[in-house]
Amino acid sequence: MSTAAAKLVEMRGLKVAFDSVQVLHGIDLDIAKGEAVGLVGESGCGKSVTWLAALGLLPGKASVVGSVKIDGQELLAAPRSALEQVRGGRVAMIFQDPSSSLNPVLKIGRQIAEALLIHRGLRGEAAKTEAWRLMDMVGIPDVRRRFDLYPHEFSGGQCQRLMIAMALAGEPDLLIADEPTTALDATIQAQILDLLTSLRTETGMATVFISHDLGAVSQVCERVCVMYAGRIVEEGMVDELFAEPRHPYTRGLFDAIPGIDGPRQRLIPIAGTVPDPRNLPKGCSFSPRCPRAVEACNHELPQLVSIGRGRQLACARPVPPAAIGAEKRDRIAEGMMY
Amino acid sequence: MTPLIEVRDLVRIYHVRHGLFGRPTPVRAVDGISLAVMPGETLGIVGESGSGKSTLGRMLLGIDAAQEGEVVFDGKPMPASRTLEWRKLRAKMQLVYQDPLAALDRRLTIATQLSEPLEIHRLIPREHRAARVAELMNAVGLRPDQATRFPHELSGGQRQRAVIARAIASRPKLLVCDEPVSALDVSIQAQIINMLRDLQQQHGIAMVFISHDLKVVRNMADKVAVMYLGRVVEEASADVIFHSPMHPYTRALVSSVPRAGIPLQGRAILQGEPPNPANRPSGCAFHPRCPLARDLCRIDAPQLKTVGHERTVACHVTAGEDARIAA
Repeated sequence: MSTAAAKLVEMRGLKVAFDSVQVLHGIDLDIAKGEAVGLVGESGCGKSVTWLAALGLLPGKASVVGSVKIDGQELLAAPRSALEQVRGGRVAMIFQDPSSSLNPVLKIGRQIAEALLIHRGLRGEAAKTEAWRLMDMVGIPDVRRRFDLYPHEFSGGQCQRLMIAMALAGEPDLLIADEPTTALDATIQAQILDLLTSLRTETGMATVFISHDLGAVSQVCERVCVMYAGRIVEEGMVDELFAEPRHPYTRGLFDAIPGIDGPRQRLIPIAGTVPDPRNLPKGCSFSPRCPRAVEACNHELPQLVSIGRGRQLACARPVPPAAIGAEKRDRIAEGMMY
Repeated sequence: MTPLIEVRDLVRIYHVRHGLFGRPTPVRAVDGISLAVMPGETLGIVGESGSGKSTLGRMLLGIDAAQEGEVVFDGKPMPASRTLEWRKLRAKMQLVYQDPLAALDRRLTIATQLSEPLEIHRLIPREHRAARVAELMNAVGLRPDQATRFPHELSGGQRQRAVIARAIASRPKLLVCDEPVSALDVSIQAQIINMLRDLQQQHGIAMVFISHDLKVVRNMADKVAVMYLGRVVEEASADVIFHSPMHPYTRALVSSVPRAGIPLQGRAILQGEPPNPANRPSGCAFHPRCPLARDLCRIDAPQLKTVGHERTVACHVTAGEDARIAA
């Protein structure tokens, strides 16, 4: 939050409700130009809804309030024509399942060229040359021949590369990647993470990386926000937050991940399940699952407040940094390992 | 000790047709696999999509018949699929899938579904069935009041608990788990993994644990077999495989696991895509992606060789120079 660089996105009090069920409870988030921010959380925590709401992609029955500004331009009340300038142009989004985002009956080259026509007015040979360049940039071999293939003739990893190429067609300032590697095999996952990192260095676009995988987030992002039940509960720079998670939920997420080195040991799960948004616990939403909860946590909702060095935390009984002590050293070692 | 289940040279070929009038091309989904699982032991099977690991799991249970090779379960050859004998044996070997909602019947309550295997295999007299169902629910951490619920009323983790309860209802000796926690959130994943390990220890169940998630396999398996295009390329104890992977593919897999705080730079990122099983590369199937490939690898497919202490590797380069002579 305390970034000196120019703000690209300014999100204030973003709330979303479906059929009067509140699923997002006021998200404040700033993203600086060129910054990479991770949104981490379990299914249903609102990490995808945040961005679908910001870009006006939610169905009509969703009620969205708050403010989302891109370079000072308000998106939430913006007319459709203005939104369409932003979507794909200034902000591009890629999703988990690339094959369902590509049109199966159109040749891949034509789909990329279409994006180039809409966002940059390129036609004919110019569009073709640019599409070749983009396909080459995302690591598709033999682009001239592959330009005329259909999506089913590409593998899952290549389809995700093509989606990224299409996202880059509008030369966006911000790329939102929603679980872009979840459906891919381990070795391909590593390739796509590598690609996202190098593209950000080359193009200078900001990236929002939405994922449930803490390991993947730490490789792509500088800053990370942990979400739980529609709220940001902890935020900080990746190295600091990973070294010393303060929210019991963040800490629980780290502990629950099986280690890959070291001896095989019993895992430490978080008890219980994610609450139903229709029936959220009173007070802190995490309190019924929290090992550190006290009576007060059951009726007082902790606010997200700064705890210094750009870190924010919403917890009445955070994991104390001092008490982590020797235990902390073990945990860091473990955290580094998986 | 004799293995609970042992398979030798298993082969399963599918015929895939390209287009409506295309000529069917054979796909060797499982291509000469030999494995053994001891009673109470867990064998992890890892590999990318299309490596044949799910087909292998189904063949271990006799659901998909072996076209070549043999499956020996508890000292006896596996009876032909869907015969009376095979159905009887199914009580001793069960399968848990990735998607619990697909595995459960949406129209039946959890209690009814749990008592079905007891009824089918005539394991417990009718009057004791309710008690056994309650015991099973308790064993997997479901509350008694959830007995009358339908699958859609439970969360993903609870559904998977119900599926596991049903699988252990017939007191199996072997449980094949095909990606059992892949669809679950991290915090719930850990609950299910711990539960599976507890159940295994209490009842001495042998397990074949199929997953693409190496972190999960690391914490479940005693030994691990790595598959690539229908063949096992490396097999060893989990400690050995994850500590010192030998096959270049295993090395790449282990290295590709994202680790928090360790940047991407310096990790071995495998180039290229998993090849199409219908169009298998010559020689070692991994050679087009292998950083160590030599001329020999393009011509000759390496055989699994024992290297050091209880490790087998199929690689001309890393499994030592004598590979050339043996081949």
